[in-house]
Amino acid sequence: MTTTLAAPSREARAGAGPKRQRGRRVNRWLIRAASLLTALLVWQWLTATDATVWIRFDRLPTPVEVAGQLGLLLRDPLYYLDIAQSLVRILTGFVLAAVAGIAAGIAVARSRLLSDLLQPLFEVVRPIPAIALVPVAILLFPENEQGIVFITFTAAFFPILVSTRHAVRALPTVWEDAVRTMGGGRGRVLLSVVLPGALPGVFGGLSVGMGVAWICVISAEMISGDYGVGYRTWHAYTIVDYPAVLVGMITIGVLGFATAGAVELLGRKVVGDR
Amino acid sequence: MSLAFHITDVSLGHGDETVVRGLDLDIRPGEVLVVVGASGCGKSTLLRSLAGLLPVRGGALLADGAPITGPSPDRALVFQDDALLPWRSARHNVELPLAIRRVPRGERRRLADHWLGQVGLADHGDRRPGKLSGGMRQRVQLARTLAGEPKAILMDEPFGALDAQTRAAMQRLLVDVLRTTPATVVFITHDVDEALYLGDRVAVLGPDGVRTLIDVPEPRDPATRGTPVVRAAREEILRSLT
Repeated sequence: MTTTLAAPSREARAGAGPKRQRGRRVNRWLIRAASLLTALLVWQWLTATDATVWIRFDRLPTPVEVAGQLGLLLRDPLYYLDIAQSLVRILTGFVLAAVAGIAAGIAVARSRLLSDLLQPLFEVVRPIPAIALVPVAILLFPENEQGIVFITFTAAFFPILVSTRHAVRALPTVWEDAVRTMGGGRGRVLLSVVLPGALPGVFGGLSVGMGVAWICVISAEMISGDYGVGYRTWHAYTIVDYPAVLVGMITIGVLGFATAGAVELLGRKVVGDR
Repeated sequence: MSLAFHITDVSLGHGDETVVRGLDLDIRPGEVLVVVGASGCGKSTLLRSLAGLLPVRGGALLADGAPITGPSPDRALVFQDDALLPWRSARHNVELPLAIRRVPRGERRRLADHWLGQVGLADHGDRRPGKLSGGMRQRVQLARTLAGEPKAILMDEPFGALDAQTRAAMQRLLVDVLRTTPATVVFITHDVDEALYLGDRVAVLGPDGVRTLIDVPEPRDPATRGTPVVRAAREEILRSLT
């Protein structure tokens, strides 16, 4: 994502004409499409010929089978229900984690007392993989749904917290000094210096958080869901429907790519060029 | 509209280290006092204490008779560089002290444009600091400071990071702009010629307080540069610096 949009501006600085620039951009998209297409062709060839070169491709479904299954599922309302369910889970957990992670990151970075109070707790909980919290989630929450959101939240919370904390700590003190000698109080420093100053770092944390949240929502669904892409994929595996498993994986990939792209775009819009 | 500072037997330092002891100095309302001294002699520490960002180790630091306990919009600080918020346009930076003083939005914009005009940047209000030269950024910072209408302006080597030519232009601009404001100015530099051009008085700071305090003959008059009286003052400053 980054290279796609950063490259034209670099060329513009070098003084390339707009026409040549567009030509180059089309070229790059062609190369990218060709890369994907080649991978598909190699996959088709390996699976259709049942190649076994130590790794065995004879049981893996061919892309054509997977495409057929995808076509079937695209007409199935259940497929969309699963996607919607997973999206609701991940967005709920992610938004809660963003709010809590940014707030906690700023609090820990700005206040010695809060840092002493919260930091040990965070450092002990942080190394626990969120997916290992499934038993805890089952014990704590009355419904499956809340447990899955809790796990997603925990997964996304820590990268956002850590990035925010670092970004706030790294702010030059001169901005805060300047605002204070203009008569600005704590609130003004927070709104005009800390938040906007830390934004680039915060968005780094949001990107990482979104990635981790997907890993955890899918895993949690595989273990304890009733709907959702992860649940459906695991279910397909248990009934030996391999094409459907691969459709599930591709769906996860596309959803992850789309949400990561959305975070990146939002970040570029909010942060702007500095 | 201009602040007087009374500094009595003040000790200054940071961390475990005390850099100045027994500092006595009265700064008169409306004057331009330039403080010179070797690097690390405590010039910047003094300025941060006057701004209220740093408590003193001992002694009394008074602004118009009241002890300085914290920052105040009456005492604005101008930094060497990079004090502008890089995500705000020049105009939006100048509007900041006005927003803090709750000036209505439309009025804020008008005043910001006025002050940008005063420093010769009327056409550059929409640019971000990253798109401005070092000299322009310092002019925006000056505009931002003046927009807050402080009673005292504390300047910490504001032209220290600029090339010689820009620096000379900025000194002339500062002299022009200061005519329009009654504020007391405390200006820190280690350039003796800059001190003699800008100041009404020049104080040489050492570890035991003010070593020398010189009244500048004919302050801010470029025609006096190189005349025997100014040369004598220059010699005296250089002597007490070493």
